[in-house]
Amino acid sequence: MPTVSPLEMDDVPMGQLPPHIQLQRTRVFCASDAPTQTENIQYSGAYASMGVDNSFRLDDFVKNFRVEVVRLDEDDIEFDMIGIDAALANAFRRILIAEVPTMAIEKVLFANNTSVIPDEVLAHRLGLIPIKADPRLFEYMSENDTPNEKNTIVFKLHVQCKRGDPRITVKSDQLEWLPNGSEFQLVTDNSTSNSNSNSKPKTYTSFSRSQTSLPEFSEDSIALKHNDITIAKLGPGQEIELEAHAVKGVGKTHAKWSPVATAWYRMLPEVVLLENVEDEKAEELVKKCPVNVFDIEDVGEGKRRATVARPRACTLCRECIRGDDWENRVALRRVKNHFIFTIESSGALPPEVLFTEAVKVLESKCEQVISDLS
Amino acid sequence: MDSQPEPVSYICGDCGMENTLKPGDVIQCRECGYRILYKKRTRRIVQYEAR
Repeated sequence: MPTVSPLEMDDVPMGQLPPHIQLQRTRVFCASDAPTQTENIQYSGAYASMGVDNSFRLDDFVKNFRVEVVRLDEDDIEFDMIGIDAALANAFRRILIAEVPTMAIEKVLFANNTSVIPDEVLAHRLGLIPIKADPRLFEYMSENDTPNEKNTIVFKLHVQCKRGDPRITVKSDQLEWLPNGSEFQLVTDNSTSNSNSNSKPKTYTSFSRSQTSLPEFSEDSIALKHNDITIAKLGPGQEIELEAHAVKGVGKTHAKWSPVATAWYRMLPEVVLLENVEDEKAEELVKKCPVNVFDIEDVGEGKRRATVARPRACTLCRECIRGDDWENRVALRRVKNHFIFTIESSGALPPEVLFTEAVKVLESKCEQVISDLS
Repeated sequence: MDSQPEPVSYICGDCGMENTLKPGDVIQCRECGYRILYKKRTRRIVQYEAR
């Protein structure tokens, strides 16, 4: 950014910011030492002396806000959010990681475990297995609730390695969904209840009906996301028999409930050539960039010129502004209100649904604030 | 707690044979006479938090 002496400045047209101030307002400047103009100017009267209104207006936001999906597949989405403040973009990111609920194994009941992996370690491993079940169909289970068909998913694991057989690897596909709830009977204190044979024996869950009979869970609605996760290894004569109870929760309680592998954003990079970079200099520039942002084009008469072909690929490594006076030729900036958002779903919900869920969470938070204040 | 406590079985440290012992019994494997026995894990349910 060339600096202009205040004495040489043109008269500023009222109602419009001079270009260099407009640039400072909308871009982060990435110089070789440090980024500058990183903050957003929030104050409504910041440019009042130039006759520019900087106040936030909902109409303007509605008019200017855009979402453009760049890439979408089963588990990943990349989209551009344009015209939004960093605070909101970050709020969505944090909500995605910590506050969108999923189902995860929380209680593990061991009947037998003679494998080399200790009970508590095995329980922890089971907790981290992603479960493909729509968390919106379940209720949270609070401390005094009994586990029932609306708040718990039960899985069974019973594997045994016979004597004389080779070692076996226990994979996640050996976890079997029990739609009727727990099969382990509770040990009752009084023996009189055993005589009452016509009633169902009490188990660790109290399902009133099978989950398969509920319309919202069809046969294939509850499963594990991946069938090839190694849970344990068994040597000859070893056995694991357990039940795993999955409940609904959020990522801020424990990362196993986080619905995303990760969710992140970056501001759109802007690479501008401040002067014509030609011939050897152009080749040098193309070679400098490790992610191939620049290309060379022929401009006739044997002259070649560098162009910015793929600014989106820029990682802002700042290699291109290192050394000599490259900083005077190339300007690296980031667009303050343009976010390239990436969500990697861990499998409970598709990534685009996760984002709408995150928006709903923020919406309910705002409603909470409004009702608290009124 | 339980009305009839289930018999506890022990595993021989030498031959791996399962033994059931009552109070007062000599601690010795019925099969090979080895005197080190290990208590077998019961099938009582233990609950862990997956955290």
